[in-house]
Amino acid sequence: MLRFFLLVNKQGQTRFSRYYSGMPIQAEERVLMEADIARKCLKRSDVQCSIFEYGQYKLAYRRYASLFFVIGFDEEENHLSILELVQAYVEILNTYFDNVCELDIMFNIEKVHVILEEMVSNGRIVETNKHNVLAPVLEMNKASR
Amino acid sequence: MPYYRLKDLIKAIRACKTAADERAVIQKESAAIRTSFKEENNDARHSNVAKLLYIHMLGYPAHFGQIECLKLVASNRFADKRLGYLGIMLLLDENQEVLTLVTNSLKNDMNHSNMYIVGLALCTLGNISSPEMARDLCAEVEKLLGSSNTYIRKKAALCAMRIIRKVPDLQENFLNRAKNNLNDRNHGVLLTAITLIIEMCYKNPETVQTFRKTVPLLVRHLKTLVSAGFSQEHDVTGVTDPFLQVKILRLLRILGKGDAEASEAMNDILAQVATNTESSKNVGNSILYETVQTIMEIQSESGLRVLAINILGKFLTNRDNNIRYVALTTLNKTVSIDTNAVQRHRNIILDCLRDGDISIRRRALELSFALINESNVRVLTRELLAFLEVADNEFKQGMTTKICLAADRFAPNKRWHIDTVLRVLKLAGNFVREEILSNFIRLVSQTTELNAYTAQKLYASLKSDISQESLTLAGVWVIGEYGDILIKGGNFEEEELVKEVTESDVIDLLESILAGPYANQVTREYVLTALMKLTSRFTSISSIQRIQAYIEKYNTSIEVEVQQRAVEYSNLFKFESIRPAVLERMPIPEVKEEVVRQTEDTGSLLDDIGPVTATTATPQNAKNDIMNLFSSGSLLDDIDPATATTAAPLNAKNDIMNLFSPGPTTPTTAPVAPTQNAQQTNALDSLGLLGLGGAGIPSQSSTTSTSTSTSTSTSTDQYVAYNKNGFKVSLNPSKDPNNSNILNIEVTFHNVGVGVTVQNLLFQAAVPKTQKLQMQPPSSTSILPGATAQQTIRVANPQKSNVRLRLRIVYSTPTGAKVDEIAEFNGFPQEIW
Repeated sequence: MLRFFLLVNKQGQTRFSRYYSGMPIQAEERVLMEADIARKCLKRSDVQCSIFEYGQYKLAYRRYASLFFVIGFDEEENHLSILELVQAYVEILNTYFDNVCELDIMFNIEKVHVILEEMVSNGRIVETNKHNVLAPVLEMNKASR
Repeated sequence: MPYYRLKDLIKAIRACKTAADERAVIQKESAAIRTSFKEENNDARHSNVAKLLYIHMLGYPAHFGQIECLKLVASNRFADKRLGYLGIMLLLDENQEVLTLVTNSLKNDMNHSNMYIVGLALCTLGNISSPEMARDLCAEVEKLLGSSNTYIRKKAALCAMRIIRKVPDLQENFLNRAKNNLNDRNHGVLLTAITLIIEMCYKNPETVQTFRKTVPLLVRHLKTLVSAGFSQEHDVTGVTDPFLQVKILRLLRILGKGDAEASEAMNDILAQVATNTESSKNVGNSILYETVQTIMEIQSESGLRVLAINILGKFLTNRDNNIRYVALTTLNKTVSIDTNAVQRHRNIILDCLRDGDISIRRRALELSFALINESNVRVLTRELLAFLEVADNEFKQGMTTKICLAADRFAPNKRWHIDTVLRVLKLAGNFVREEILSNFIRLVSQTTELNAYTAQKLYASLKSDISQESLTLAGVWVIGEYGDILIKGGNFEEEELVKEVTESDVIDLLESILAGPYANQVTREYVLTALMKLTSRFTSISSIQRIQAYIEKYNTSIEVEVQQRAVEYSNLFKFESIRPAVLERMPIPEVKEEVVRQTEDTGSLLDDIGPVTATTATPQNAKNDIMNLFSSGSLLDDIDPATATTAAPLNAKNDIMNLFSPGPTTPTTAPVAPTQNAQQTNALDSLGLLGLGGAGIPSQSSTTSTSTSTSTSTSTDQYVAYNKNGFKVSLNPSKDPNNSNILNIEVTFHNVGVGVTVQNLLFQAAVPKTQKLQMQPPSSTSILPGATAQQTIRVANPQKSNVRLRLRIVYSTPTGAKVDEIAEFNGFPQEIW
């Protein structure tokens, strides 16, 4: 299962984080870990594979402009699928925000959470179809007004 | 001033120049939010919680917002409810008491008419459910799992998964609905239903049997996905819903594992997926990767397995590093099952050793070592040695250890084995673990026929490079031990070997090592001992004098151990009569494969060596015992327990009885050692033996009686040191032909009348302080009835005093009897000692 979902920028600042059950979520520990993961991702060159071991988890990351999308997961998950999930998520964000950028994510963090919640629940994939993810989100936005 | 909107807060935080500024802004804002919460400001609550979630993400305390989230959830506004549930998921975990307060809201919202509100409640429960909540809300979730709304069905499935995780007993409630959802046409529902079933199978293996019936259905689903043409709805770069395909393949794996029928049912579709999936993109490869894993785990046909391994082989040539990474990881898992199939991709795997990515190199290295066997050890080792030369330093120690272990196991001959380890020492001598070095030394001493070759090679290597510590240590030890052989020279195939080595060349080399920049204390200790040994290997007086003068220079070394050795060695020159004996060549150690085997299992060589070195460490404390020091300085003692036990008696500080004092037997219970004339005892004994001889071992008795008859001749006498319970120990002393100070005693153990096999025989001996004792390993530690075993002990007796032996005999029998006895013997006539 997925353990956490993390968006960090090149400066090592967390822009978004979502942890699933069973993760240690002590605040200080979490901040240190996020910074460490950002450093590790930055250290890796483009020729290196984007999957690596981190403590008891495996991490897969993809970099889009200045943002790293990092997923922490268990060994049993299909590594390549996880990378595909990141891609699907970014594509959906891109559609929703119409060319997503770091600031969109920062200032609309609640929306980013809601979209992810439609795709991944409790560390498992629910839905990956762009339409099926976005339709309820847009419906809910209407209801929120 | 508090910020009114989340946006303003984010801007303020971004404007902060330092971390301290940021902390100050957040502290101030947190205080304002607290106040607002206290005032029960309903209008500000939404934005306050939103700000709090942001503060939480940055790693600051936000727990005081938990109750506010509950209040938001109770609100009628959808936006408030949504934020409230999000806050609960982020700020609460199942250990908090606040959770019980959520249960009621969740129950209400699960029965709400708005499907999105039901969805929110299901998501929240799926994330935070505690065992109590799972029990309380199980019925609602079960009902929703059968809802007519696909959005609710898929969310309910993942919520059910959490409930099962918390309370496995509740699984039965969801079995039927989960099975029904497998028929669903909606991919989201299908995906989550499969996820739920996988969880059930993990939690309760009995469920696997129930779901095996669904294999044909799953196969049909997969077939539809694979053969369906382009579908707008589920297309991911040309592949139809790869996530669903991967999930189905995983469930098939669980259902097919260990079941021939189920495996058979999925064989065809697996082959179809494996051959038809587009492999140019990551999406297709994620499916292929899952297929390979499934094929390897179920009971698939051999052809399919080969296909799977070939897919991985193809992965290895892919330009995408992620794909190569998963291929190597999977091959590492399967190599033990299907070695031959993996072997075919050996060359590509070896190519990966040169990859630009360290993660790939590491995986490839692991795999290369797993591939070594008798038939390819030469090729693979050559490749690995080539890689060792350029490998990252962090790999080197692991590599040297593994190469040497592989050489130990699969070496086609001794010469190759020695060459390989030598090459390792040369290439990465600073990254070699101690026990690899001692294994090498043992190998060298056991391979007497190649001593000259090894000594020459090491000499030549040291001439060209003294920067590799392990190479230096091995070289110094071998040169010291086999200096005479090195000087004698010999003919070898390689021309580059130094043909002519003179005594002064060797001393020059050793001195240059100590003068060089790489010398450390250990090298100094080794070199001093080697030089000392050379005084008995070399013949020219001038060489010996040169060594003596050189050693004396270290009499004032600030390193205590080095100084002690130097002083003791210098003093040893005053005892010309015993010096050659002290410096004699080390006995050839026993073959000890055990260490190697164990280390392969545990991977930790140090653990296994630990206790042995611990026992041998004690001799180093013996202050006045030259021989002790000498033996501790030699590597052989450090690695070989057989010699280690020999060292123990030498260690006896002041009292030879020390050895036995901690033992359970005290001298009063010990049998009275034969004090009469040895011949008499022997005669008596053989009489008894003759009596027993009637019981079916005439040959034994006759040989003994002949030895009795010849017992008048001095040096071949048999003396009986112990004879009890049908177990006899006899001694046969003789002068060492090379050194008149040494008495070789051949100890023979006779199982004359025990009646059963003697097992676990342990024989120990001690001598007075003026004498020194060395024990060879016994020929056997178990003796069949009527048979014998031998063990040689050597007593150095420079003062020519009476040879008094104290012996300990320990053995057990299959019948459970245990014997632990002590005997004394001093019956050798004077002309023998």
